[in-house]
Amino acid sequence: MKIHEYQAKELFARYGIAVPIGRVAQSVDEAVAAVRGIVEESGNPVVVIKAQIHAGGRGKGRFKEHAQLGGVNVVTAGIESGIEGGVKATEERVRELAKQMLGSTLVTVQTGPEGKQVNRLYVEQGIDIERELYLSVVLDRSASRNVVMASTAGGMDIEQVAEETPEKIIRQLIDPAIGLADFQARALAFGLGLKGDAHRNGSRFIKTLANAVVELDTDMVEINPLVVTKSGQVMALDGKVSFDSNALFRHPDIVAMRDLSEENAAEVEASRFGLSFIKLDGNIGCLVNGAGLAMATMDTIKQVGGQPANFLDVGGGASEENVTAAFKIITSDPNVKGIFVNIFGGIMKCDTIANGVVAAVKQVGLEVPLVVRLEGTNVALGKKIIDESGLNVVSASGMRDGARKIVELAGGAA
Amino acid sequence: MSVLVGRDTRLLVQGLGDAGKFHTDKAIAYGTEVVGAVRPGKGGESVRFAGDADASGVPGRQNRYDVEVPSFNTVRDAVEATGANATVIYVPPPFAADAIMEAAHAGIELIVAITEGIPIMDMVRVKRYLQGKASRLIGPNCPGLTAPQECKIGIMPGYIHKPGKAGVVSRSGTLTYEGVKQLSDNGLGQTCAVGIGGDPVNGTNFIDVLELFNDDVATEAVLMIGEIGGAAEEEAAAWIKVNMRKPVAAFIAGTTAPPGKRMGHAGAIISGGKGTAEEKIAALEAAGVIVAQTPSDLGAAVLEAIDRWA
Repeated sequence: MKIHEYQAKELFARYGIAVPIGRVAQSVDEAVAAVRGIVEESGNPVVVIKAQIHAGGRGKGRFKEHAQLGGVNVVTAGIESGIEGGVKATEERVRELAKQMLGSTLVTVQTGPEGKQVNRLYVEQGIDIERELYLSVVLDRSASRNVVMASTAGGMDIEQVAEETPEKIIRQLIDPAIGLADFQARALAFGLGLKGDAHRNGSRFIKTLANAVVELDTDMVEINPLVVTKSGQVMALDGKVSFDSNALFRHPDIVAMRDLSEENAAEVEASRFGLSFIKLDGNIGCLVNGAGLAMATMDTIKQVGGQPANFLDVGGGASEENVTAAFKIITSDPNVKGIFVNIFGGIMKCDTIANGVVAAVKQVGLEVPLVVRLEGTNVALGKKIIDESGLNVVSASGMRDGARKIVELAGGAA
Repeated sequence: MSVLVGRDTRLLVQGLGDAGKFHTDKAIAYGTEVVGAVRPGKGGESVRFAGDADASGVPGRQNRYDVEVPSFNTVRDAVEATGANATVIYVPPPFAADAIMEAAHAGIELIVAITEGIPIMDMVRVKRYLQGKASRLIGPNCPGLTAPQECKIGIMPGYIHKPGKAGVVSRSGTLTYEGVKQLSDNGLGQTCAVGIGGDPVNGTNFIDVLELFNDDVATEAVLMIGEIGGAAEEEAAAWIKVNMRKPVAAFIAGTTAPPGKRMGHAGAIISGGKGTAEEKIAALEAAGVIVAQTPSDLGAAVLEAIDRWA
């Protein structure tokens, strides 16, 4: 589960991790109203106004409606006129920007060409930046431990740094029984070239963050850039946080931060029924049991010349109702020109799938070809249910056979 | 004994909810020696399992079974009373890590965790706890393992297995079934099918199981089923290149998976451009592994790997 930048910074602040002063705004008036408090508290007439969406690359991204406008804007209108006159000028500029940004669609390298609508803005104090650094905590799968990664190449994409200048990335594994030790935090801060106050502040920042990660069950925390200010403070200028969805049961406060408008509606609907569903661009709907088989079904469809419309794993313990819900979600996609049901029953029984599919077709109708391949537990019973239903179903003897049939019936490639 | 399990496996069950009961019944029907259940607070009670024996399971048994499985408060009590040497865990996710650690504390050799949805940090702690202990953990989020006609632990459908000469190791449950069935249909059969699970932090990885198959005289070839996410397949490929003395065939699921999306399994995600199917397939092919194009070709790929090896 992902959260917005402003929510990440709220969490950081809760742990005593330094962040700039800022306020979230869901309307133009709220954005304008945020300015005075921020400027007075920070003593700096410069503010930054940032689009809040669940995607990176916002600074370089551009709005569909305003081709010149990026997702992160520094407002310097108040610099000339001192604090009091400055607030007025800053407020006016923030009003103009907020009007353009709110409700508009931001396209970044991570949103895809369709972009994402901006419904929230974050207004933040301007920071006098001395240096920009990179810091993240992620799972190192080979070590089965979390790892702190730091780099002096702040503001850059870490994958690019890893590719081009891997020596710039320093790492420390976190022992779960001990947490990040002080010497490790110090080593990271030295590796970042921090000295004096900045070294002290940086070590403390890193250690606090490493402990917070364990407590919060995050999947990934990325602070890019982590900045050193002219006064030697170390601060999170950005914050990208996602959580381990397996651990959300013990974090109701984090679940409350979920912004469903950032997620695909069909995927949210599917998760209500315990289905694992991901929308794709093709035209062959897939209903499969098991994540590996569901992925392999997509691969096979592609291989025989088609394009999958979705990933869908009904799971092992799905009921007839869940299968019906899955079928409805697939058929609600107007791009779907054919459906392939591919089941290898282990825990999942073929008759449950068959009953679910028959019930769904009775409720929502069937306007596209349907190919069903059943194998495994109670396969004979499942086939009998399909045969006796009178539905127009093509059966397949195996996975590739089924994929070929559905791609042909759906009229070839998407 | 096949690898990991066999006729002398004495199994405990931790977590006898609906799923645990259902699959324990199937395991007993298959002929697995289930010697006890760990049910904190219900020590001294017992649970009855009765039904028709699974004809595809351990041979030479009666057509029906009717057994009382004794319950124990702790794993240690159960081990002392029954001599159990393996345990299977169906405990719900919030409590599963604790169940694994309890089993390791009691010195059980083989711990098979079926549970899906254990928090990653819990598994990080479990892995730390297991360091220096004799227990081997398989899973979590796995279908278990089956040595055909000897022992079945977990949720794999028993009847698709046939005793034979191929070892199977897989990150995916249902793809394991595809592979096993094709190996049964083409006559190769299996020595053991091991599901290592789809989580990013697991107890046993590909290399661990490949080592076991490499040293097992009955295993003549190996089928390895991987998927996108992480680097376990690449690490296995590097190991195979140097160490493997038997033909290996493989399949990698997720060629069409979009980056940054979790494909059902917690560990199946391409992040930062890493963990793609293409990279894994290339690494395996460079190690001399025959990689199947689709899951319909798993059995054929093992035959081809054997042919090329000869």
